Amino acid sequence: MIAISLPFWAETTIKTVIVLAVIPASALTLGYVFLMKTMAHMQSRMGPMEPGGFHGWYQLIGDGIKFIQKEDIIPDQADRAIFALAPTVVLVSTFLLFVVIPAGPRLVVENLDTGVFFALAVSSLSVIGVLMAGWSSANKYSLLGGLRAAGQLIAYELPLVLAVVGVVIQAGTLSLQGIVEFQQHGEIFGWGGIGLPLILTQFVGFVLFIAASQAELTQAPFDMPLAESELVAGYTTEYTGFRFLFFYMAETATAFALAAIAATLFLGGWSVPWVHGTTADVLGPFVLGAKVMLVAFLIYWIRFTYPRFREDQLQAFAWKYLIPLSLANILITAVFKVVF
Amino acid sequence: MAVTDQQRRAYVASQAADARVNVELQTEDMILNIGPQHPATHGTLRVVANLDGEQVVWADVVCGYMHRGYEKLTEVRTYPQITTLVNRIDWLSSFANEVPFILAAEKLMEIEAPPRAQYIRTILFELARIANITLFIGTMGADLGAITPVFYAFRDRERVLNQIEAVTGGRFHPNFDRIGGLKDDLPRGWIDETKAVMNRVREFCDELEELLMGNEIFQARTRGIGVIPAEVGLSYGLSGANIRASGIDWDLRRDQDLPLAWKDLDWKVWTHPDGDSFARFWVRLQETREASKMVDQMLDGLPAGSIQAKVPRIIKVPAGEAWVHTENPLGEMGYYIVSQGGLGPFRCKIRSASFNNVSVLPWVLRGTYVPDIITILASLYFILGDIDR
Repeated sequence: MIAISLPFWAETTIKTVIVLAVIPASALTLGYVFLMKTMAHMQSRMGPMEPGGFHGWYQLIGDGIKFIQKEDIIPDQADRAIFALAPTVVLVSTFLLFVVIPAGPRLVVENLDTGVFFALAVSSLSVIGVLMAGWSSANKYSLLGGLRAAGQLIAYELPLVLAVVGVVIQAGTLSLQGIVEFQQHGEIFGWGGIGLPLILTQFVGFVLFIAASQAELTQAPFDMPLAESELVAGYTTEYTGFRFLFFYMAETATAFALAAIAATLFLGGWSVPWVHGTTADVLGPFVLGAKVMLVAFLIYWIRFTYPRFREDQLQAFAWKYLIPLSLANILITAVFKVVF
Repeated sequence: MAVTDQQRRAYVASQAADARVNVELQTEDMILNIGPQHPATHGTLRVVANLDGEQVVWADVVCGYMHRGYEKLTEVRTYPQITTLVNRIDWLSSFANEVPFILAAEKLMEIEAPPRAQYIRTILFELARIANITLFIGTMGADLGAITPVFYAFRDRERVLNQIEAVTGGRFHPNFDRIGGLKDDLPRGWIDETKAVMNRVREFCDELEELLMGNEIFQARTRGIGVIPAEVGLSYGLSGANIRASGIDWDLRRDQDLPLAWKDLDWKVWTHPDGDSFARFWVRLQETREASKMVDQMLDGLPAGSIQAKVPRIIKVPAGEAWVHTENPLGEMGYYIVSQGGLGPFRCKIRSASFNNVSVLPWVLRGTYVPDIITILASLYFILGDIDR
């Protein structure tokens, strides 16, 4: 064990820098692997496979340069201050999400006792930014998109939280680190070979969580707020250049963060069954990364396949199916917890 | 599934009640301009929708943003030149636009193309239909938020366009039909290639049937949305798959005697009783498959012989009037030619399907939601060039 002690300010600075670096890195990774390559393969798109020669490696860099070059337009009628602030608010929510995700036994920015609670709470902060964007753009499409986003995010916050409750009951803790350790040391009918990934017992919870996080991410089939064929681009209609890139980055990085939370809650996070201590600290980020990619693939696969719900169908889906199902899941989990 | 008149009346009554409540609550309607530059209108159609929340109180269609004056332009062109113009009316199935015009001119001149030319005309006509409707199947998915089908559609449509290009030299605007026949015969090896492409088209239809049509969300978004009862469809002059999806068994390929190959083929007219967006999609998908089978039959039964009847070097059409209409991919398309014996027509009235098809929109959009506007626009399927000419 190597013990390092740093003054508080240095520690905080390092943590901030790490989180700040992780957001664009994760957004780039997901953007590159899924939004470009997987999408290109699934949809037989030729474009993203061409630029730069080998496998279209230049595509994402080119996109980034394009966004930076573009003129920063603020509409005349827009509420300038709020318009400029909105993308930042959305990004802050993503920023806070990364604070509690553990990547190893000691590799966590802040091991909060109420980690799950914190993560789910800050993930809903983004709705404020979205509403700000929708309202301040002075565009009817933006306004409709913003209001749809608000309705949708509030409706799907509930199944997202309820889906996690089953895990929390079983693990007996709200700390993400604690949940990972529970899965690492867990046993399946007395056999501890692979620990106890909670997806085995909480499969319904996992499905609900993926469905709800799909809606949180405003991705197809829940992409009404952005609905390009209806609302042009929803609340991002009036945004250009770097500000639009902020929204884009926040969306992709949030996808990464939610996939990481799903991997942590249901797939065992950083844990590898037979690895402990410092080795786990080294291996942890890679293991977590691999699991995140698995979950993210699922999320993007659904996104590329399904058409979009209508607003009322979406609400009905949340209130009539997801929430009763998650309540039943909680009930059954609680009964098992008490009985065994 | 179909909405009865009584339900509709009850709905309008509830709307009126809502409107009264709104007056009391002082809520305001919002006018939303969908288009002329909007991704869902696939061009420059403008739909003015008066919204109460996300519900349409009334909607109006404004067209004419792409009017190019083709009817007037025909008056200063000779007959062979006009095919270049009419290519650009419904630009996704250009060859199909040429055929009724040429047939009308031939009718006035009292000549008929040789059997081989008739067959090749029909083959290209059906290929144009496949190229057109394949794209519809894809864009319908795109408008409903499924991004994958449109890329599959472009991929497989490309093969059909390649076949058209191999014969005519043009992917989009073949300009291949001539009075009394065709410009050229088929190239060598084309028949086998086309059969392979037709197989691929059928695979595409099967694929999309599973990927898109069988999808629960797709069905929830389209079933019972934008119901057009048969009598309403007829009174607005709907044609093509739009009216067949309302249960009217009417297909100009079968119901009239044209000097084309359809009468020799064994095929079926598909209809659907529901009249909703799903029915329109379903009918078009079946028609694409049927068209690919028709092409196969025609390739097998292709007669030998000349592809050009004897016509004078300088074509003058004798004085008279002629009306020929055909079942184009978008619906009924017809040309009414008035000739005074000159090199070009004195007057040419063009009846294109999309103009009538979108005229039903104000009726059908009332009381729907914003996402349904897009579904209905997509399922009625129009080409802007075909609306505005």
